[in-house]
Amino acid sequence: MDYSQFLAMKQEIGLLIVFLLVFLYDTFLPQRAGKGLPIVASLLMLVLTVAGFFTCFLGSPDVTAFAGMYATSPVMTAIKNILNIGVVIVLIQSIKWANGELMIMRRGEFYELLLVTLFGMYLMISARHFLLFIIGLESASLPLAAMVAFDKNRYESHEAAVKYILTAVFSSAVFMMGLSFVYALSGSLYFNTIGYAIIGQHSTMLCIAIAFVIAGMGFKLSLVPFHLWTADVYQGAPTSVTSYLSVISKGAAAFAFLVIMAQVFGAVYEHIWSWMLYVLIILTITIGNLFAIRQKNMKRFLAFSSISQAGYIMLGVIADNTMGTAAMMYYILVYICSNLAAFGVIGAIENATGRVSMEDYNGLYKTNPRLSVVMMLAMFSLAGIPPFAGFFSKFFIFTGALAVGTVAIYFLVGIALINTIVSLYYYLLVVKAMFISNEECVIPTFRSACSERLGLWITVAGIVFLGLVSPIYNWLLEITAPIASLFV
Amino acid sequence: MFCCGVYGFITRKNMIAILISLELMLNAVDINFALFNRYLYPGHMEGMFFTLFAIAIAAAETALAIAIIINIFRVTRNVDVQGLDKMKL
Repeated sequence: MDYSQFLAMKQEIGLLIVFLLVFLYDTFLPQRAGKGLPIVASLLMLVLTVAGFFTCFLGSPDVTAFAGMYATSPVMTAIKNILNIGVVIVLIQSIKWANGELMIMRRGEFYELLLVTLFGMYLMISARHFLLFIIGLESASLPLAAMVAFDKNRYESHEAAVKYILTAVFSSAVFMMGLSFVYALSGSLYFNTIGYAIIGQHSTMLCIAIAFVIAGMGFKLSLVPFHLWTADVYQGAPTSVTSYLSVISKGAAAFAFLVIMAQVFGAVYEHIWSWMLYVLIILTITIGNLFAIRQKNMKRFLAFSSISQAGYIMLGVIADNTMGTAAMMYYILVYICSNLAAFGVIGAIENATGRVSMEDYNGLYKTNPRLSVVMMLAMFSLAGIPPFAGFFSKFFIFTGALAVGTVAIYFLVGIALINTIVSLYYYLLVVKAMFISNEECVIPTFRSACSERLGLWITVAGIVFLGLVSPIYNWLLEITAPIASLFV
Repeated sequence: MFCCGVYGFITRKNMIAILISLELMLNAVDINFALFNRYLYPGHMEGMFFTLFAIAIAAAETALAIAIIINIFRVTRNVDVQGLDKMKL
């Protein structure tokens, strides 16, 4: 065996080293050193992110390893770096929570599980064979169930975990069923071999197989007919886990979905799966928005908002061109910043006062002006108000989709635009509660922890500058340009 | 067999029974892969290997799910899904 192929997996190996260091630190250092673990983990992740950017800028060539099962390219490196940034922010924001009274015994496990899921997502993104993909998918979703159940003292946490694990297993069973049909049709599990084998096929079996695959991934992405677990899980899980689940896990799944649809089923885009995705996107955006309006709990509210955001991300898949891919990566980056800002504020308030309902936010501006401004920026960015980053990401993803140029796509983008206006209403409800509404029992003024403030500053910088600094999008567009040839 | 599993998943009220239905679905997938490999593509073993990995993954899933269900049982003293309605719209 040629061991040099492990060199292709630089980022994975870096992540494994981080994981091992955290594990050894947790196991062998005395109990009182445990307080430093969250900071050490965040720093190690930061080092990994910076190192990842260096490989990115030095130019990592397209490499395949392990008989073509694993592939990496500048695009893969870039999306992994984007996920890394998100993980660093999540880790920084969760330092205070992880150092809380209840977490003393289990602090290490949280970080180990989190790093393992991230490793699974790396594999999902880089896999070029369905066996590796399934292993990545499972190692990305199973430890998450344990993380959702992390608050042992809260019953809701267990309830959320059982809902999450049952739907996750169900969805992966559906996904693998679809794969078995694909295997029957093509006799291979390599992405490109399947891609060539199904060119020009129209059989019912292929339709069913693709529907199963889309349904399986739809559960992970919480697209609408498969979204029922999302709100409960987001509400029940600890806030740090919810933020991780809503941005990192969703971003990785979205990109992996794009790779599968383009490389494996790209040949039958027009007559089999484009209309399936049209229906899913319209349902996802509309129903996510409509349900978000009536939510009273902030975490549930963000759950439905993230469902409709997933619909927008899917526009990048339907575009099926270079611009769509670049726009989608940009959208994921911006979404990471804005959603983590919102979750950071919610987490800070929850840590200080334990309140998460929207009425509690009434009059927040008078007592905690800084937090309310951060929340307002996050809401504006999610709603897509210029000049914040959210506006540009929406703009790019719409133009990417419009480049397809069919009547159906104009219709689709039209509906998405109308929904943006609907979403403005409920995002502004939060802003109104904070700035205009008056309330007797306002949340008292408190000073959030140093780590939480640092996390919020990073996200705010992301929201404000990502939109205005155009080289970022140009750079993404540049590195995605060569992969146009991969779309059959 | 897959359809049996889906039916069980939707209709059963007991979480352990739901888990068994999920196992049915996963096993259906395994058999599918093994069969397709044996009869359609006997030349190489890709499907068989996939089956092996899928069995291992299914075992991990079951272990985790049972651990979580036991946690719930400690709190509520039963394993029916009707009990899981603390969070509603």
